[in-house]
Amino acid sequence: MRAWKFGNDVNTDLITPGRYTITTDKTKLGKIAFIEHRPEFAREVKAGDIIVAGENFGCGSSREHAPVAIKAAGVSAVLAKSFARIFFRNAINIGLPLFVCEEVDRIDDGDLVEINFETGQIRDKTKDMVLKAKPLPKFIQKIVEKGGLVNFLRSEGYV
Amino acid sequence: MGLTITEKILANASRKSEVASGDVVIADVDIVMAHDSTAPLAVEGLYKIGKKVFDPDKIVIVFDHFFPAPSVDAARLHQKVRNFVTEQKIPNFFTDGVCHQILVEKFVSPGNVIVGADSHTCTEGAVGAFSTGLGSTDIAGAMATGKCWFKIPESLEFNLSGSPEKGVYAKDVILNIIGQVGADGALYKAAEFTGDYVKNASVSSRLTLCNMAVEMGAKNGIIEADEKTRNFLGREGKIFESDKDAVYEDEYEIQVDTIGPQVACPPTVDNVKPVTSVEGEKIDQAYIGTCTNGRSEDIEIATKILKGKRIAENVRLLVIPASTKIYLDTFGKGYLQEIIKSGGIICNPGCGPCVGRHEGVLAEGETCISTQNRNFSGRMGHPKAEIYLASPATVAASALAGEIVDPRGYV
Repeated sequence: MRAWKFGNDVNTDLITPGRYTITTDKTKLGKIAFIEHRPEFAREVKAGDIIVAGENFGCGSSREHAPVAIKAAGVSAVLAKSFARIFFRNAINIGLPLFVCEEVDRIDDGDLVEINFETGQIRDKTKDMVLKAKPLPKFIQKIVEKGGLVNFLRSEGYV
Repeated sequence: MGLTITEKILANASRKSEVASGDVVIADVDIVMAHDSTAPLAVEGLYKIGKKVFDPDKIVIVFDHFFPAPSVDAARLHQKVRNFVTEQKIPNFFTDGVCHQILVEKFVSPGNVIVGADSHTCTEGAVGAFSTGLGSTDIAGAMATGKCWFKIPESLEFNLSGSPEKGVYAKDVILNIIGQVGADGALYKAAEFTGDYVKNASVSSRLTLCNMAVEMGAKNGIIEADEKTRNFLGREGKIFESDKDAVYEDEYEIQVDTIGPQVACPPTVDNVKPVTSVEGEKIDQAYIGTCTNGRSEDIEIATKILKGKRIAENVRLLVIPASTKIYLDTFGKGYLQEIIKSGGIICNPGCGPCVGRHEGVLAEGETCISTQNRNFSGRMGHPKAEIYLASPATVAASALAGEIVDPRGYV
């Protein structure tokens, strides 16, 4: 799957500018992902593609529209050196897989990358190399395994 | 081993005698807030869960991000949330101010745990509460259960000492800190502000400090409550203090008397420079307001600079009190009248143009200086508009000059 490479501190205004988020329609949101920051993204992204970014991905606003838009655009996972905390929770809650990996600088934009969602092993097929993501904390893994917060709350008997 | 305020509040709310950073706890929440921009997805989340809110009295809904509705789409979202408020019998529904200001004025007590579907929910930590921003699904979960999971954060101590020189304010202090540590300098951590500067600062200034904690990645900003806090709130609450041997991951010593007026330059909040290095930058719009700097104290500072003078030609000056209470207070004191006479425009309490949806959107190539907390590309309109962040004094003085100026020549 194609890697879409981004830098450090990609904020939620770059992912989903506030002027475009007066909606909860996921299809509409999928079309506006990075609409001004990288207009070709929503046009060319294919189901299963991966976002690869630096530090503090998703900083700024708490708007859940940002991970919703990324997921609705077809992205199968976001790989970054670190995530801003609200974005991190939001993505886990809505079932957008995230992977933390220090070595993402070795991946270039356009590389073909495959992630093993079970083991966190990342294979860059273009460069024929293997990277490893840090495992998520156990508590968070449980939410991921249930497919998001709503199912987690149900299965744990909170609701 | 001693504990910090944040650790004590979260231990108390999760009924544990002790907690350590890294522990995951499930805490009871005292207030769950969402606004017109985030409530629609939270409402959908709650419908998916299929439960009623756990306690209507503890839910607060505020329309501030685009109120009154500037478009049919916005009106439709308002309608959806209004229906939810009616159906769930939520008594705490407001349309007259920025959510964080409303919470501080009407609800928050020291020692509370507050979750809000807005990143700047860290603001409320200024009155000794644990208060943090979450997304809509987390808020839906908290609305249904009255609980939320938290990882106990490591704390950073920012020990602020000294008195700032005339023309330098809390906004300059927090911008300076963010410039030092960077946009992820406090990622996942509690930012605790201590020291004689903080003790002497007004609650309004303390709110400005905590408001921007998220701009360095922090989970929460927090300041120990005191007599001043109680007088401001008119509520008792439970005051927690950090132990003398509390563990901080890092401690920063900051002498505020060495800080001059600061400006965050486009396009990131941590791109902070002394105002002297950007003096002369032409502006098209000046905005005083928001959850960062829309309180009476801020409007008073601006009024003193603007009174009897006229803003520069071709500059729009927008002033938006952060709540109706502030609107009436600053009107009663005659400040708003002076601002209007100087050429300023007053809009209804709310977020105003900070999120670029109404009341002062920017065109390509335009420049705005604002008291708000974010200057990202596209934040206030066209992605090629530029936003500088500064104190109310710097913004007011720049509105008079038509370009960014050092406010020390105006106060």
